[in-house]
Amino acid sequence: MIKTLRETIGGLWSLLVGMKITAINFKSPEITVHYPRQVVPDLEGFRGHIELVPKEDDPFKSKCTACSNCVRICPTSCISMKAAKPKKKEAPAAEAEGSQEPAAKKPKAKPEPVLFELNFNYCSLCGLCVQSCPTNALRFSDDVYLAGFTRQEFVFDLLARLQNQAQKKEQ
Amino acid sequence: MIEAIEAIPAQFIVIFVGFLAILAFVGLNAVLLVYLERKIAGFIHRRPGPYEVGPHGILQPIADGLKLVGKQIFTPTGADSYLFWLAPMISIAPALVCFIAIPFGPHLQIINTNVGLILILAFTGINVLALCIAGWTSQNKYSLLGAARDISQSVAYEIPLLITVLSVVFMTGTFNLFDIAAGQGAWPWQWYIVYQPLAFVLFFICVLAETNRAPFDLPEAESELTAGFHTEYSGMGFAMFFLAEYAYMVVASCIVAILFLGGFQGPIAPGVWWFLAKVYIVLLVMIWIRWTFPRVRFDQLLNICWKWLIPLAVLNLLITLAVIAL
Amino acid sequence: MSSMDLRLDTSGDYYARKFQPTKREDTLILNMGPQHPSTHGVLRILLEIEGEYILRADPVLGYVHRMHEKMGEVMSYPQYYPNPPRTDYLHALAWNWAHVAAVERLMGIEVPERAEYIRVITCELNRITSHLLWWGAYLLDLGAFTPIMYSFDDRERIQDILQRITGSRLTYCYYRFGGVSDDIDDRFVEDTRRHCAVMKERFKMFKSLVTDNFILRKRVEEIGEIPLETCRKYGATGPVLRGSGKAYDVRRAEPYSVYDRFDFNIPAYDTCDAMGRYLVRMDEMQESIKIIEQALDTLPEGDYIHPKAPKRPKPPVGDIYFALEGARGKIGIHLVSDGGKSPYRIKLRAPGYSNLSLFSEVAQGTLISDAVSILGSLDLVIPEIDR
Ligand code: SF4
Ligand code: SF4
Repeated sequence: MIKTLRETIGGLWSLLVGMKITAINFKSPEITVHYPRQVVPDLEGFRGHIELVPKEDDPFKSKCTACSNCVRICPTSCISMKAAKPKKKEAPAAEAEGSQEPAAKKPKAKPEPVLFELNFNYCSLCGLCVQSCPTNALRFSDDVYLAGFTRQEFVFDLLARLQNQAQKKEQ
Repeated sequence: MIEAIEAIPAQFIVIFVGFLAILAFVGLNAVLLVYLERKIAGFIHRRPGPYEVGPHGILQPIADGLKLVGKQIFTPTGADSYLFWLAPMISIAPALVCFIAIPFGPHLQIINTNVGLILILAFTGINVLALCIAGWTSQNKYSLLGAARDISQSVAYEIPLLITVLSVVFMTGTFNLFDIAAGQGAWPWQWYIVYQPLAFVLFFICVLAETNRAPFDLPEAESELTAGFHTEYSGMGFAMFFLAEYAYMVVASCIVAILFLGGFQGPIAPGVWWFLAKVYIVLLVMIWIRWTFPRVRFDQLLNICWKWLIPLAVLNLLITLAVIAL
Repeated sequence: MSSMDLRLDTSGDYYARKFQPTKREDTLILNMGPQHPSTHGVLRILLEIEGEYILRADPVLGYVHRMHEKMGEVMSYPQYYPNPPRTDYLHALAWNWAHVAAVERLMGIEVPERAEYIRVITCELNRITSHLLWWGAYLLDLGAFTPIMYSFDDRERIQDILQRITGSRLTYCYYRFGGVSDDIDDRFVEDTRRHCAVMKERFKMFKSLVTDNFILRKRVEEIGEIPLETCRKYGATGPVLRGSGKAYDVRRAEPYSVYDRFDFNIPAYDTCDAMGRYLVRMDEMQESIKIIEQALDTLPEGDYIHPKAPKRPKPPVGDIYFALEGARGKIGIHLVSDGGKSPYRIKLRAPGYSNLSLFSEVAQGTLISDAVSILGSLDLVIPEIDR
């Protein structure tokens, strides 16, 4: 009998302790971020969808050499790429700018992608494509607040994206 | 024409105007309580709560209300649609009647009747019927279980509730709510909570159970019975249950305030403001409790009632009687 | 339809028909799930109830079967990286580790010491987030809404720490054959240390808010008693087994990686009830913090991935079974290789599957509320069970 009583009183006390904790939390400052007005400050390391890395000297060209490593490794086949040799008249220009290639080698045109599409609907953000790229031509974007209404909006043309980025940078 | 109006007894006009006032009061209270509940929950969780509609989300309950009004009215297949839609109305109507007898201030009461307390206790009992019908006609097993829970819960908790009320009634010798409130002094130590602390605690627990508030919200325990008796209700049906629930909360807090906290009495200028302040303090404690505790189990709930509350209430009544007799 | 014959519903689908009611007329067949709030995802449980008492219970599985095992057979080894973490998304790194380690053992790839330490640290952090989520969700089942908000606060902070190095917040894909995909830096070490200190304080708060709470104790004590014998019978592991008094933990029983270098306890409670399982998990979080702190103190320098780790592994013909301790129990991967670039067969042992199997035996004769409590105390992740 006495044991039950003591247990009950202890139990009721524990309820008061609980209420005290919620009261303390009630008074403590908020820990959330009011999203549209504020954003999370630190997004380091966040993996958005992949994007192409521009060449250091030419922000309109990607580093990609169209080796299609990334296309092959992707578990969900969400990268589609078409390669083509650059047209004759463009080749000398590229040659003059590209400094990695020894100048002695004659315009053996390097293939480059003419179409580089990512179907983000299927991407699992595993990072295999980024890691398997021999020229480090891929990286993760930091597009956190990505939203859309249709599937089509998540099929990204990464080459066009690269051009846009370069244009923005120039302005 | 004027004769015709004069022919109506003044009492009726008072009741009519009072009724409109009650409707406004209940609606306003519900809006305010929904807002408070969500805001307090937010602060306890250390988040802002409603924030987007209006400054600090103050219009959120209205937006919610509009949403509920705009929803499709939907009756499940196989449900008895007549009873199904009657249930929310049965639920809300008695709640409105209860306010008639409540003395909000020294001069603000719709009817001052000698049986005010009995009237309120009787009418709140009708709610059980509404929930029972709702659960029974929904053609949903969860609703049925919720209704079954609600009936046993309400029936069980009515007993200690009445007994604790009796101990206050014996002290004052009246069922008249106005007299009970007026009989207490202005200062907290003159309130009945000081004379009847045990009765206050018991009454408060019973009130939580009667109004289906956490930790006794078993009839609508969402993790067990999805939503209990109102699983199948959408739109206005749900809104009316919701409104009724908050109305009963307010009625219950009013009674707590009158019986134990001196009603409209208060130091410096007794009046409506003191009454409302006390009612809201009780309501805030109820909200605070809800966001702190887990839910009790069904058999535990009944055990608490039969094994603890009823014996303690009887004990309290006996002691009160003994003290009065001496 | 005016008659209220609720038993008519049993003419439902295949499972419902198979679960034919007994001859009794006064019982009710209740479909709990697949969209019930307390079955966490898409578990469905058929219940035969008398009033609120459960006479029989039968879990129905398969609503999120995604053929992860079959996918393993058609994908090359590296392509399978993202799959195992998606089976149990709450303790993703453990599954990631199980897959990676199985291949490593089969091929004899050596893992640099630093990588092993990084794996231990991140895996234990992940274990804490998993248990925190369980804690919040369990209390949600029991009707307390607030704890999940507090647990998510801490969980998000750990996820912030993990995101910085792994890039993801939930379905990590961080371990690689022969190491990890990125090195950790000083800031990670600092953040982790700081958060470990914070967590210790938070556990005290959790204890007085919830563990000591009278109502909670009444809801979990002496509920859902699982005798050790039943655990053995069904192959239950993890906190369920330890909550039944057997201190079996793969990290101690068959030490893998560098777990044998750390000093930590295996919490076990022989009350066999939901409280025992609850306490095991609460203690485990503290033990994890102990492990993390020790690992951070002794973190060696070196490579984070073996420099000669194969990019496109082709393991020799043979098979391997590798098991490790996940947040829910023993995670096992059985891998059969035919020497090709994708496995011949890959079998995932999900601990939740065994843990769930004992539910129908334990739930008999309990109340619906208790069934919810028991189900929550098993800490089920349905996608892991269905795979
Ligand atoms: S991150 Fe993974 S899934 Fe996404 S595109 Fe790259 S390889 Fe494919
Ligand atoms: S792996 Fe790199 S270089 Fe090769 S195709 Fe992909 S992006 Fe281009």
